[in-house]
Amino acid sequence: MMTNPWVKDFPQLNSGMCYLDTAATSLKPLSVIETLDHYYHDLSANIHRGMYHAAVETTQLYEETRETIARFIGAETEEIIFTRGTTSGLNMVAFSYGLAHLKPGDEIIVSELEHHSSFLPWQEVAKRTGAVLRFVTLNEEGRITVEAFQETLSEKTKVVALTYVSNVMGFITPLKEIVSLAHDTDAIVVVDAAQAIQHIEIDVSDLDCDFLAFSGHKMLGPTGIGILYGKQNLLQSMEPFEFGGDMNEDVEKGQSTWKTAPQKFEAGTMPIASVLGLKTAVEYLQSIGLKQISEHIEKVHRYAIAQLSQIDEVTIYNKTSETGIISFNLSDVPAHDAITFFAEQDVALRAGQHCAKLICDWLGIHSCLRASVYLYNTYKDVDRLVEAVKQAVKYFKELGF
Amino acid sequence: MSGLDNLYREVIMEHYKNPRNKGLVENENYKTFRIKNPSCGDDITIQSFVIDGIIKDCRQEGHGCSISMASASVLTEMMIGKTVEEALEVAENYLNMVSNKQYNETMDLEEAEVFSGVRQFPARVKCASIAWVAFKDTLK
Ligand SMILES: Cc1ncc(COP(=O)(O)O)c(C=O)c1O
Repeated sequence: MMTNPWVKDFPQLNSGMCYLDTAATSLKPLSVIETLDHYYHDLSANIHRGMYHAAVETTQLYEETRETIARFIGAETEEIIFTRGTTSGLNMVAFSYGLAHLKPGDEIIVSELEHHSSFLPWQEVAKRTGAVLRFVTLNEEGRITVEAFQETLSEKTKVVALTYVSNVMGFITPLKEIVSLAHDTDAIVVVDAAQAIQHIEIDVSDLDCDFLAFSGHKMLGPTGIGILYGKQNLLQSMEPFEFGGDMNEDVEKGQSTWKTAPQKFEAGTMPIASVLGLKTAVEYLQSIGLKQISEHIEKVHRYAIAQLSQIDEVTIYNKTSETGIISFNLSDVPAHDAITFFAEQDVALRAGQHCAKLICDWLGIHSCLRASVYLYNTYKDVDRLVEAVKQAVKYFKELGF
Repeated sequence: MSGLDNLYREVIMEHYKNPRNKGLVENENYKTFRIKNPSCGDDITIQSFVIDGIIKDCRQEGHGCSISMASASVLTEMMIGKTVEEALEVAENYLNMVSNKQYNETMDLEEAEVFSGVRQFPARVKCASIAWVAFKDTLK
């Protein structure tokens, strides 16, 4: 492969680290870092309040970010809420929409592929409302299929909360058909797009999902910022999740009123620098194009699967994954022993349950290793991983594992 | 690889391969405590049986990485025969050692000394601690 033209944009790679942990958090390009710097260095103002120059520029950049995000996912500007991340967006839906609308006996459809942040809020809301959690039966590979979804769907289904891409298996959920079926029974669909947003072109108006959440830090942006998309009519009908400054319209001793969405969901001072940084991150993604990014991921991913498959001691749990996530184990070597070896080689992977214990249970494993490739990864990174895996196998065998 | 060799010492491997006092007993005189670590998947249960302030038996069961398994095995072997007071003192000192805090270097930590290498691997401190924390809880 030709030299990767994007590597130079990521200063974190200067150390020579082999970074294969984008599914945990992506690296940040220099342009994003410069935006954060610009805010802290030159602006440092709060939004929607001051009249001075820095405050005006900050407010403008803040609201431009909302427009940029809206265009990026095919939404209206008013449908974009800034959150702390996917977790906080999904909690907002569960506790603002879910608590208010669910009744005993209503059903919430989830799956064993869910990240804990797409599962636990609904488990909790189910407990509080008397609603019932239903799990889509995964097929033999571990995928959500339209057929299995259809079998789980019923007149009682009120909420469908599913991941777009599993952070362990990397499978893409057939959401378009699922949304359409769910709407036929008047259920709403909440999408966890944390592992989709950085490589799949999402158009919420076409997908027609009701809510969709993602995190800035997994799409080249800063930590502490995420997006919750919600259909306008739903957002307007929902109560605020947090109360405080900036979200109210009028405050009286007896009764107060709220701004309209999205502002009513953005109480207090938001992580302004991170919001601005997210705009730069999206612009960076757009300058390359998600299509080119996903094609690159696919090439490197395919190469990695081919190489790793040749090592007898490697068990891959998601060989057929269509994204950059590879979950695997080495025979007889617990993941946490293996990961220490990789860390010594400066190969960054992740080991554990990946905040998705239900799919580990489904796979019948206690934990696994996960490598995830993204646009700044190269065949050389894969070679380094493969070499490290071979050495690890040898090292632990000699130790007597 | 010198750092890694410091972690995977012979004694640790020996305990990993031949775990002592493995398997729980069903006896209500045994105090049982289980800890699961949700991030790595370690799941360890420790039992202790105390008569007249002396630990008569200590058992362990679970699954996890070599460090957590070996440290559970070493723990059980060391604790049998100690008074509760001694045991708590040793456990506290051990936990301080592996987490790279100040600890009493003059205290004899017996075979558990081999876990001192864990200090160089902050990400593995939990692995070396989990059984010992569970053990302390069985004595409460
Ligand atoms: C699929 C999925 N959902 C949700 C999350 C939670 O994202 P965050 O921790 O940024 O809120 C993650 C990331 O860990 C994820 O991979």
